[in-house]
Amino acid sequence: MQRSLYISPDKCTGCLQCEMACSFEHEGNFNPAKSRIKVFTFHTEGRFVPYTCTQCDEAWCKSACPTEAITLDAATGAKMVNDGLCVGCKVCTIACPFGTINYNTTTGKVMKCDLCGGDPACAKACPTQAITYIDAEGTGYDKMRTWASRTDTQTAAQA
Amino acid sequence: MSWQKKILRVNLTEGSCTAEPLNMQWAADYLGQRGLGSKYLVEEVDPKVDPLSPDNKLIFATGPLTGTASSTSARYSVITKGALTGAIACSNSGGYFGAELKFAGWDMIIFEGKAPKPVYLYINDDHAELIPADEIWGKSVWDTDKILHAKHQDPQLKISAIGKAGEEGVMYACIVNDLHRAAGRSGVGTVMGSKNLKAVAVRGTKGVSVKDPMRFMQTVMEKKKILAENPVTGQGLPTYGTQVLMNVINEVGALPTKNASVVQFDGASKISGEAMHEPRASDGKANLVTNQACFGCTIACGRVARIDKEHYTVKNRPEYWGASGGLEYENAWSLGADCGVDDLEALTFANFICNEQGYDPITFGATLAAAMELYEMGVITDEDTGGVKLNFGSAEALTTMAEQVGKGEGFGMILGLGSKRLCEKYGHPELSMSVKGQEFPAYDPRGIQGMGLTYATSNRGACHLRSYTVASEILGIPEKTDPLVTEGKAGLVKAFQDATAAVDSSGLCVFTTFAWTLEDFYPQIDAACEGEWTLERLAQTGERIWNMERQFNMAAGFTAKDDTLPKRLLTEPASSGPAAGKVNGLDKMLPEYYELRGWSKEGVPTPDTLRSLGLS
Amino acid sequence: MQYVVIGAGPAGVTAAETIRKQDPSGEVILIGDEPEPAYSRMAIPYYLADKIPEQGTYLRHDPKHLDSLGVRQLKQRVTRVDSAARQLQLAGGGALGFDRLLLATGSDPVKPPIDGLDQPGVHHCWTLEDARNIVKYAQPGSHVVLMGAGFIGCIIMEALAERGVDLTVVEMGDRMVPRMMDQESGNLIKQWCIDKGVTVHTSTRVTGVKANASGAARITLSCDPVGTLEADLVVVAAGVKPAVDYLRDSGIELAQGVVVNEYMESSVPGIYAAGDTCEGIDWGSDGQHAVHAIQPVAAETGRIAALNMCGEVTPYPGSMAMNVLDTLGLVSVSYGQWMGVPGGDEVHRLDSDEYRYIKLQFNGDRLIGAITLGRTEHVGVLRGLIQSRTRLGKWKQHLMEDPTRIMEAYLGATQLTQG
Ligand SMILES: Cc1cc2nc3c(=O)[nH]c(=O)nc-3n(C[C@H](O)[C@H](O)[C@H](O)COP(=O)(O)OP(=O)(O)OC[C@H]3O[C@@H](n4cnc5c(N)ncnc54)[C@H](O)[C@@H]3O)c2cc1C
Ligand code: SF4
Ligand code: SF4
Repeated sequence: MQRSLYISPDKCTGCLQCEMACSFEHEGNFNPAKSRIKVFTFHTEGRFVPYTCTQCDEAWCKSACPTEAITLDAATGAKMVNDGLCVGCKVCTIACPFGTINYNTTTGKVMKCDLCGGDPACAKACPTQAITYIDAEGTGYDKMRTWASRTDTQTAAQA
Repeated sequence: MSWQKKILRVNLTEGSCTAEPLNMQWAADYLGQRGLGSKYLVEEVDPKVDPLSPDNKLIFATGPLTGTASSTSARYSVITKGALTGAIACSNSGGYFGAELKFAGWDMIIFEGKAPKPVYLYINDDHAELIPADEIWGKSVWDTDKILHAKHQDPQLKISAIGKAGEEGVMYACIVNDLHRAAGRSGVGTVMGSKNLKAVAVRGTKGVSVKDPMRFMQTVMEKKKILAENPVTGQGLPTYGTQVLMNVINEVGALPTKNASVVQFDGASKISGEAMHEPRASDGKANLVTNQACFGCTIACGRVARIDKEHYTVKNRPEYWGASGGLEYENAWSLGADCGVDDLEALTFANFICNEQGYDPITFGATLAAAMELYEMGVITDEDTGGVKLNFGSAEALTTMAEQVGKGEGFGMILGLGSKRLCEKYGHPELSMSVKGQEFPAYDPRGIQGMGLTYATSNRGACHLRSYTVASEILGIPEKTDPLVTEGKAGLVKAFQDATAAVDSSGLCVFTTFAWTLEDFYPQIDAACEGEWTLERLAQTGERIWNMERQFNMAAGFTAKDDTLPKRLLTEPASSGPAAGKVNGLDKMLPEYYELRGWSKEGVPTPDTLRSLGLS
Repeated sequence: MQYVVIGAGPAGVTAAETIRKQDPSGEVILIGDEPEPAYSRMAIPYYLADKIPEQGTYLRHDPKHLDSLGVRQLKQRVTRVDSAARQLQLAGGGALGFDRLLLATGSDPVKPPIDGLDQPGVHHCWTLEDARNIVKYAQPGSHVVLMGAGFIGCIIMEALAERGVDLTVVEMGDRMVPRMMDQESGNLIKQWCIDKGVTVHTSTRVTGVKANASGAARITLSCDPVGTLEADLVVVAAGVKPAVDYLRDSGIELAQGVVVNEYMESSVPGIYAAGDTCEGIDWGSDGQHAVHAIQPVAAETGRIAALNMCGEVTPYPGSMAMNVLDTLGLVSVSYGQWMGVPGGDEVHRLDSDEYRYIKLQFNGDRLIGAITLGRTEHVGVLRGLIQSRTRLGKWKQHLMEDPTRIMEAYLGATQLTQG
């Protein structure tokens, strides 16, 4: 059974431990600016919303990539960026309708969530279980994808 | 490693921003943040300087663990000679700003001189520049935050600013970052305003590295677990915030009420942490919206509150309908119990205004309480107040005055002096509940004896955060002591003072000490920082910092005479509760404290003491 | 069922793969006239800059990929389509029948009506072959004149600069990338280029190109109003147009490109078009048609056309112009109707000193277009907001106050339940 990140924004306290864990995993230091997961603050609502790639099936980023630098990790379902093949053209960053694949000005490549190979650091670091990594079914993960599908070429016409 | 080894020197007079290497010898001796910032101040500023003159400096300092995965790694401190006190000031703040400064590659910013015209500092990683503050001077902290975000087109920008209070010379103006986190006490914002410095806006994308990443992550994980499993840091603080204390402290008869004329407040439960959770009769919603963490914090004690839209304070004022920083215990006490006000929504509103305009709610509340007492005595009159009836218990008086102070209008100008200057002005200096010019906070030393010594000896004027003996005397952390006795308190205070000085220099939050001791800190520091960090070294660092601060104050003109308490606490016994009949026994604790510190009877560190700490 | 795809670019290759997935037993033939394995034109700039070898431009890295899918590949040029007979003519002689046909022949570069463009040292930058020629002439210190500061021109500017050439850009329009950027952002890009040492002449037209026997440089350009310019290499990037010449007598309706309906089907049933070649529904325009010659559209329309060819009825809501451009390190993005619509609302923020700009266009409380400059974070969400037609409600007001809060607006409008 494939697992996915499940996010409960109402549990999030805005501590950004997830962002630090993510940047540590991928960059080796603590640097939220390079985190693949971002927590957005809604000050006047008193809400915090962690957000990252939903690993969509027909991944816009993947199909837009001109050099096949984004591929599917069959084990985890993650769409992975191969730094060796990425030329830094950024076309994936404007194709992804969630804004979750971003250009890294330091490396000249793009970066996105890769589910840490099946053991996401953000979920482990989150002190409130606002981020969990659980069986994709029954997570309400589909709900997260509803909006995704509205951008999807298959259904947008009816929307 | 963990230090960025780089500081930014900003000469406001000349308008220059210069990078310089961090003095690593000092970092080894003073760690960071409070200790290291104070070391720079001590080295660079004449202790006799007028706090508001261009010769005073203003230092923003992070700690080596700021911006790391250690829990509560948000902290930075602002160090200067305090406007309110004339003593060394070090105000500590959380939020996100401090970590961002670190991510931009800076350990510290030293501001010197005075800008000819209002400016703000913009930092984008290595790039630092002073920019004219025309669009934000005269604006509140909240508006400043909005304007700078939009102007720099960067939602991730982190901003620390003064409000109108800092511009107008309110003596206890604070520096507010991330809208409602503040370097709050001693008038550090007043110093910032005197330098024509409106704000610091920073964006950092460089990150922070540590010495031994794997060991660090392992250690940090263990220590986070301790916080999660501790009843105070794991449950009490996230649920009720520091407001968990309101009912507790009231019950032990140590809640200074109506300018500390009594020690228990009838309305305590109405303004408590529990009350913030209760659905309001008016709209069925609770005052508390959620708790919030500072950067890296796994405790998340912060309060986010929303005022009832129908409450008189915000009716037809939608700009105050959104959620914002809610009441912490100290503020609920100062604005509430100390002024005798039990209207939770009014307190929340006054607290919003303190954040919006940037001034310290503890000193404000305590100053208003003193003014209320003078008003009820007939010393302050309606003529002085512009007709506002300054009676204890009046929510209207509280919220009206909060706005007046914020805008520098009417009687607010007088309240902006702080209680010491205000009470002197009206001929009753004894009614100022302050030490070294700074008002003491929410623990009455008649009911918690150790806090008397804490206030009297605190290097920045009365303060609970220099040695929070409440932990031991009330909560039993690390072990229970009797709050009503003076025996053993001198040692307790010294131990807490030194440990806290070390914690305040690390980049982490002192609230972790409900669950952690220095035993839990040093392994994190050792895994992150160059050199070998042991328990002994860390404890000694704390003691060194304490003595260095003391030396600065002595050179500034303070003497043992200033290590005292308001007369009321020493002569008027508590009238109710467990401490009924008691005054504070400072005279019994102070000599022992001096001795334990290795200070002379006059409170002066002996040459031996200084030598053993490497301070001579 | 015999499926034939003409054009082995991103649209054609994506289509062939999708057809195979949908119809495991059908015959799939992919015809392309370029000698190389299927490659991406948009990777050419990185080849020019020596960041990748030629193979780095290949669309699929496994050389056996299409073979293993059972896609037959013909290196041939199609010269004619006989719609009635359901047959293609191949340049090498011979014909090929089809049941379903996809036209994915991309674009041809536009050659402006200027004398002297047909000579060595004057090249388009459209194919790998062009790129090899440019590499040959663009040596450190050589003078290069780039004709056209459109999208492609700006993209290859960085590659040329990295080759160490002395670069001059001549653009007819009054700013850089006039079709993608408005006045403010186009001028900022111009200023940026000038700061980086590129000579930029806007509102300037090249009137003639001559071989130059005498001087140091090989070519002399006459320009109005700048006068003469010397060059060792002239790169012509004056726009592209759909490659549809071989369809003139096919009976297929052509406008600029092959006109298709929402199923990517042309006026002739069974014949579809995708990518640069097709003129499909212009997203958000009330059913008008447009050519959007960009990579993501090529991949998406290739897939949609293939699904429909296989009987998997899949409407396409239309394509939208969207571009990201990195001009010598300054990243710009544009989406949809960035010029706005009558009665709509606009908000923008400009910081010329920092080269930062953002502009959003609304129709009612929906986002319909955007431009950003100097921003790389979360720009994709602009596409999501536009194409999902998200009603922003109160978040529109937030964006009017601070247009950089696009992620917050998206999350606020879609994820936050009012509480
Ligand atoms: C230098 C450069 C940079 C670019 N950068 C970007 C960018 O950053 N972002 C972006 O979105 N787009 C960019 N583009 C545009 C992008 O490459 C095209 O939109 C995309 O290639 C279109 O794909 P396609 O499959 O429709 O057509 P093409 O990729 O053009 O493929 C069509 C194929 O069909 C072949 N063909 C044509 N006619 C026939 C025929 N009669 N018979 C047989 N074969 C035929 C062609 O030779 C070609 O191989 C760039 C293009 C270039 C040249
Ligand atoms: S980055 Fe965006 S497009 Fe790519 S898989 Fe994730 S959500 Fe989908
Ligand atoms: S770690 Fe968890 S609680 Fe902290 S910010 Fe991330 S999601 Fe929120």
